[in-house]
Amino acid sequence: MIELIFADRCTGCNACVRICPTNVLEPGKNAPPAIARQEDCQTCFLCELYCEADALYVAPNCDEMVAVDAGAIAASGLLGQFRRDSGWHEWAGQSPNLHWRMGELFARAKAG
Amino acid sequence: MSLTLETDVLIIGGGLAGCWAAIAAAEAGAEVVLADKGYCGTSGVTATAGPNHWWVPPDPDRRAQAVRERNARALGLADPRWMARIIDTTWRTLPTLADYYDHSITAGGVPHYQSLRGPEYLRALRRYAEVRGVRILDHSPALELLLHADGAVAGARGLQRQEAPPAGRDWTVRAAGVVVATGGCAFLAKLLGSRNNTGDGHLMAAEAGARLSGMEFSTYHTVAERHSTQTRSASYAFADYFDAAGRPIDTGTDPDVTLPLARALLAGPVYATLARMPADLRAILHQIQPAILLPFQRQGIDPFTQRFPITLHGEGTVRGTGGLRLADEDCQTDVPGLYAAGDAATRELIAGAVSGGGAQNSAWAVSSGTWAGQAAARLAHGRGRRTGEAVDAAGGAGLRPTQGKGTGMPQAAQLTRQLYDGVRSEMLPYDKILFRRAPVLRRSSDTLADLWRAARDHLAPGRDATARVRAREAAALVACARWVTASALARTESRGLHRREDAAALDPAQTHRLVSGGLDAVWVAPEGAAVSTQVA
Ligand SMILES: Cc1cc2nc3c(=O)[nH]c(=O)nc-3n(C[C@H](O)[C@H](O)[C@H](O)COP(=O)(O)OP(=O)(O)OC[C@H]3O[C@@H](n4cnc5c(N)ncnc54)[C@H](O)[C@@H]3O)c2cc1C
Ligand code: SF4
Ligand code: SF4
Repeated sequence: MIELIFADRCTGCNACVRICPTNVLEPGKNAPPAIARQEDCQTCFLCELYCEADALYVAPNCDEMVAVDAGAIAASGLLGQFRRDSGWHEWAGQSPNLHWRMGELFARAKAG
Repeated sequence: MSLTLETDVLIIGGGLAGCWAAIAAAEAGAEVVLADKGYCGTSGVTATAGPNHWWVPPDPDRRAQAVRERNARALGLADPRWMARIIDTTWRTLPTLADYYDHSITAGGVPHYQSLRGPEYLRALRRYAEVRGVRILDHSPALELLLHADGAVAGARGLQRQEAPPAGRDWTVRAAGVVVATGGCAFLAKLLGSRNNTGDGHLMAAEAGARLSGMEFSTYHTVAERHSTQTRSASYAFADYFDAAGRPIDTGTDPDVTLPLARALLAGPVYATLARMPADLRAILHQIQPAILLPFQRQGIDPFTQRFPITLHGEGTVRGTGGLRLADEDCQTDVPGLYAAGDAATRELIAGAVSGGGAQNSAWAVSSGTWAGQAAARLAHGRGRRTGEAVDAAGGAGLRPTQGKGTGMPQAAQLTRQLYDGVRSEMLPYDKILFRRAPVLRRSSDTLADLWRAARDHLAPGRDATARVRAREAAALVACARWVTASALARTESRGLHRREDAAALDPAQTHRLVSGGLDAVWVAPEGAAVSTQVA
């Protein structure tokens, strides 16, 4: 579930509020969005994909809220990785979309 | 202030099927409004996944063979004509996305149209729909349908949950034709991308008089790292599984590992490793499926060298096959002017008793959406909007309690939570769903009937937008759970996704679809039967 919004990175664009499919976030008043309905979070990471400031962190645990170390996460290089690997925004053209090779996973696993 | 609109076609749900329906209706010249509970572009189970569509070139022999092969696996409940139709419509429709999706160019310079990455696909569909003039209402769940005196659908009502907080803003859309594309019902399982898929459309349509079909085929499960939502099975094709003592679990030769894994999980923790994935694929996995590695990296797990705990997430009807019954080739339901598309509709027609995941379901969403959108547009041209006529609101449980808050009844928020938890505990445990038995099904049926009465009589969520949406979801979840349970009881055999421990064999005499319906009194009947049997 979503755990962190980094105030020092957030530009207040509210893209995450708009695109979160389950309406977890609420716009802040001169502040970053608030995580208002964490229990509705479906751990889909899509807010991270749409945040051009890499200001959000979704913890991988979908069953319970977990303690997270904001400092360690900011230092880890994990912020923005989904966007980078997906080749979105400024990463366009730098990480090709190889989704079309998915069938190969099944086929080669089957072939042994 | 509420939002009131008149239009030709209203689409409820903006996932794969809803977007294609909206585009088709707009291209047929209709004015179109699309309302999604979430954000059209990120909502629905495709936006987080990467659907591969059934893709067979227009060579009559190849197509006939594809249909024959698939029909042979459908255990007698599919219809080859519908299969042929979706192959053809998908082939002609998918390439029209080219202006909005950057298709990979594969061998021979051919664009790869059939297997698309979810977030990019839905983003493209949103743009495509917007360019065609579709008016999109985000965060605007529909709560109930509106009906004409003659029983035809007249539009819908809902709530814009991000406007005017905390109450939200009501919306009313009057339309000549309405397409329900609200997806399957995932029963609040942790299936990736499925939180909004609570069966709202099934309930709304049933309240208007629609029937369902195939609800017993709702047992599909997908493996994921424990506590993670990443139900992406491709990588797990390379998985080896172990029990807590490190002993390998024999998953047999069938690619469907659900039953052996469920048995092992009922006995204790299960671990997996993806060590068999070849190095060249590991190196590009993040560019095939960028999200699948995130949970591993964030927990410091190397899935290729280490063993990690896994779980199975249930999917309800999402990659099952049950849903709203279709009365004609336009995907019209039993309610005039009300169409169903995608996972909200039964997929028995194209998949029979086994899952249509992997290729059929996406092709179905594209095709059924396209047909429903076109038909709704035709209806609007032919019959007009009928906006001068008085209409009735069809919604009940979770909207208009029949009694006040009963004595001893909890507050609405607490009751909603009890309904959520009650549905989860009947619809998600492996032993209840994958290994069905009559006595357990009967107990579930009684429990769910009690939950339904509580929802119908006492659920009064007040004015808060979130509470109103959740209350309606709770009622829909209970209704869907009851149709599933009643259908599972009525099918006294095992067939495809539906497995009965107490009737392990397929019974050739039951080679027919089971239609279900009813709200207070739930019933199930073989398709075409004159009388229905009330079972709960
Ligand atoms: C992990 C995964 C992988 C898959 N991969 C494949 C594949 O490779 N090939 C294949 O053929 N199929 C695949 N499928 C199945 C395929 O994704 C579905 O068949 C397809 O997404 C169905 O589209 P849909 O529009 O009917 O439903 P969804 O995409 O689920 O969309 C439903 C929409 O309805 C909205 N909604 C719900 N309630 C309301 C309401 N009350 N008011 C307004 N809107 C509402 C939701 O917000 C959502 O946007 C996969 C499914 C999953 C879960
Ligand atoms: S999308 Fe990112 S930058 Fe924009 S408001 Fe959300 S967290 Fe802040
Ligand atoms: S992970 Fe998905 S559901 Fe959770 S806050 Fe982000 S966008 Fe919303």
